[in-house]
Amino acid sequence: MLPELGQILLVTALLMALLQTVLPLWGAQRNRAAWMAVARPAAYAQLGLLLGAFAVLTAAFVTQDFSVRYVAENSNSLLPMAYRYSAVWGAHEGSLLLWALVLALWCGAVALWSKRLPAQVAARVLGVLGIISIGFLAFLIFTSNPFARLIPAPLEGRDLNPLLQDPGLIIHPPMLYIGYVGFAVPFAFAIAALLEGRVDARWLRWTRPWTNVAWGFLTLGIALGSWWAYYELGWGGWWFWDPVENASFMPWLAGAALIHSQAVTEKRGSFAGWTLLLAIAAFALSLLGTFLVRSGVLTSVHSFAADPARGTFILIFLALVIGGALLLYVLRAGALGSDDPRRGFMPTSRETLLLANNLLLAAACGMVLLGTLYPLLADALGLGKVSVGPPYFGTLFVVLMAPLVALLPFGPLVNWQRDQASRALAMLAPWAVLAVLLGVIAYFMAPQGALKTAAGVTGAAWVMLGTARFAWTRLRGNGRFTAEMIGMLLGHGGLAVFLAGALLVEALNVQREVAMAPGQTLEIGHYAVRFEGVDHQQGPNYVADRGHVRVRYRDRALALLHPEKRQYASGGQTMTEAGIHARLSGDVYVALGESLGNNAWAVRVHIKPFVRWIWLGALLMALGGFVTAADRRFRRP
Amino acid sequence: MRPVQRRRMVWVLLILLASGLATTLVAFALQRNIAYLYTPAEVLRGDAGTQARFRLGGMVVKGSFERAAGSLDAHFVVTDGDAMLPVTTARILPDMFAEGTAVVASGRMQDGRFIADEVLAKHDENYVPKEVADKMGQAHTKHDVVVPAPGAP
Repeated sequence: MLPELGQILLVTALLMALLQTVLPLWGAQRNRAAWMAVARPAAYAQLGLLLGAFAVLTAAFVTQDFSVRYVAENSNSLLPMAYRYSAVWGAHEGSLLLWALVLALWCGAVALWSKRLPAQVAARVLGVLGIISIGFLAFLIFTSNPFARLIPAPLEGRDLNPLLQDPGLIIHPPMLYIGYVGFAVPFAFAIAALLEGRVDARWLRWTRPWTNVAWGFLTLGIALGSWWAYYELGWGGWWFWDPVENASFMPWLAGAALIHSQAVTEKRGSFAGWTLLLAIAAFALSLLGTFLVRSGVLTSVHSFAADPARGTFILIFLALVIGGALLLYVLRAGALGSDDPRRGFMPTSRETLLLANNLLLAAACGMVLLGTLYPLLADALGLGKVSVGPPYFGTLFVVLMAPLVALLPFGPLVNWQRDQASRALAMLAPWAVLAVLLGVIAYFMAPQGALKTAAGVTGAAWVMLGTARFAWTRLRGNGRFTAEMIGMLLGHGGLAVFLAGALLVEALNVQREVAMAPGQTLEIGHYAVRFEGVDHQQGPNYVADRGHVRVRYRDRALALLHPEKRQYASGGQTMTEAGIHARLSGDVYVALGESLGNNAWAVRVHIKPFVRWIWLGALLMALGGFVTAADRRFRRP
Repeated sequence: MRPVQRRRMVWVLLILLASGLATTLVAFALQRNIAYLYTPAEVLRGDAGTQARFRLGGMVVKGSFERAAGSLDAHFVVTDGDAMLPVTTARILPDMFAEGTAVVASGRMQDGRFIADEVLAKHDENYVPKEVADKMGQAHTKHDVVVPAPGAP
C-alpha cells in the first residue's frame, strides 16, 4: 500500500504547488492580502508532502520492496544498507524526486525567512518558485513515476549501478542539487522584481545570501563529483570536460558572475539590468543542465537510459520558463530605468574591475556552452557526429582566466567610482615582483613542464599575496572585518589554492601504464612502486581482485596500497577501485587494469603532485560563499 | 563629436574588437579540436582521410581480441556490420570493454590499422553510446541486424 500512498502524496504536492502559484501571483497583482497569504502555508504543505513521498520511496528501498519497479531496477538484496538510502537518488526517477524535494526545501526556507519582505514581493517570489515546482512535479508524475509497480514482483532486484556504490556518491547529488535548485531563488526574485517594475538595494540585500549559499553548495557538489571521478573511474583525471560536468560548471560560472554583480548593484546601484539577466541565466543554465543530463541527448558518463518523451517534456518546460522570463525581461527591463547618472564610474574604479570579472566569466560560460552544444548543433545541421576535445576547453579557458587572475587582486583594493591607478599599483607592485620571483624559482626547480609550473606558482602566489595585501590594509586600519570581507578573502584564497593545484598537477603529473609481474618494481623519479601480486577478496555484493603494491620514496617506505578490481555479483559488471596514498604534497595513485596472464597485470601508476589542492581550494571557495551569506548586514530590514 | 558620443564610440569599438577576437579564437579552437566519429565502412571508403585524428565507433568482433602475454599491446577488430577494421592499442582498456560490445576509439590510421590512444567502452551493461547506435543503425537497416537501442533497459 505504501507506494500508492507515495503516489497520492506526489499528486497532492502538485496541487499545493498550483495553489502556491496561482493565488499568490493573482493576489499580488490585485493586492489582496488573503490570497497572498496562501503562499507560505502552501509552501510548507508542499515540503511536508514531498518529505513524505521521499520517505515512502526510501522505505521501499530499505525493505527491498521489489514490486516497485524503480526499486527492482536499482537495488538488490545484497546491497549494503548505506547504499539502499543513496540508491533512492541513484537513477532518473529518484533523482528527480530529490530535485523536487530540494526545491520544496528552498521554498520552505524562503517562506520562513521572508517575513521582513513586503507581502507582495514575498507572494511573487513564492509564486514563481511554485511555477518551477509545478513543472518538475508534473514531469515526475507523468513521465517518470518512481512509485510505478512491477507486477508480478521479481524475486531479486537488478542492483544499483556499481559506479554509484561509493560514499562520495551518497552526498554528491544532494549537494549539487541544492546548488542547482538554489539558483531558483535569485531567479524568482528577478522575476518578482520585473513584475514589480523596480529594483532597489533592499531587494538585492535580501537576495544576496541566497545566491551565495546556492553557489557554495554548487561548488561543493562539483568538487565532490570531481573527487569521485578521480578515485572511482580509475583514470586518475579530476576534470574531463564531459558534457555533464560542463552542465554543472556553466551555472557555476554564471553564479560566480552573479554574486559579484549583485554586490555592485546592491552597493552602488549600477548594473541592475545585467544582474537580473544573470540571475535568469544562472537558473536557465541549471535547467539546461538538467535537460542535458536527463534527456540523454549527449554522450556522457552520466547519461542514464534515455526516453524521448522525457527529453521533449523538459525541453518544452525549459522553453516556457526561459522564454517567459526573457520575454518579461525584454518588456520590463527598460522600465527599471537606466542607471542613476550620479552612480557613474570612471575607467579606474572597482565597478570597472567587476565589470571585467563579469565579462570574462560570462565569456567563459558562453565558451563552455558552445563547446558542449556544438556536437548537437553539428548533428542537427548534418555536419556529422563530432565530439569537442578537452584541448578546446583547456585552451580557451586559460586564455579567458589569465586576465581574470591578473586583475583579481586589484578588485578589493581599488575604490568605488573613481581611483588613481597608481595607488593600487604601488600597493601591489612588490607582491607582483615576489610572485614572479617565486615563479622563476619554480621554473628552474621543476623536473618537467617548467613553463606551466611557473605559471601556476606565479598565478597562485599573485592571487594569494594580493588577497593578503587587502587583509593587511584592513588590519592596519580599524582591524574590523565584516563577514562579507572574510567570505571574499576565503573565496579568493580558495581560488589561489585551486589554481596552484590545477596547474601544478597538469604540469608535474607523471603517468605510466605498464605490464607488471609480481616482484617487479617501477621507478618514477624518486618513487619506487613494487607490485607484489593480486589475491581474491570477498565483498558484500562483489568479488575483488585485490592488488598489493608497495610504494617507497627515496629510501623510505611510504605506503602499502590496495587497488581493486571488483566484479559485482548482480550484473557481472567490473569496477576499478584505485589505491591512493594521499598527501598535501601529492598523491601516489595506483589502479589495476586487467589481468594479462601468468599473474601479470596491467597497472596504471600516477604521481600527482598537489592534486589535493584542487578540492581544498574548492572547499575554501564554498566556505567563502557561506560566510558571506552570514553577514549581518543582509539580515537588516 | 561630443565627449559622451566619443566615449560611446570607444566602447562600441572595444566591444566589437573583443567579440571579433573571441569569435576567431573560438572558431580556431573548435576547428582544431573536434573529432569526427566514423564507422569502419566509412573509414575504408575514405571518408576519414589519411592523416587526421578521428574517432572510430563500432562493435568489437567476437573472437578477435588478442594480447601478447605479459604485454599491454592489444589487437582487436571493430565492425559496423558492413566492414571490419583492425585496431591496435597500448593503453589499458576500460572495465566495460568486451568482445561483442560497442566501443569508441580515438586515434589515427597507420598502414591499414587504427592506432588508438584512447578506447572508451559503454558505461554499463545496457548502454550503447547514442552516436554509435545511430551510425550502426544506418548500416544495419540494410542487413536486418538487431542493433541495441541507445540506453534500452
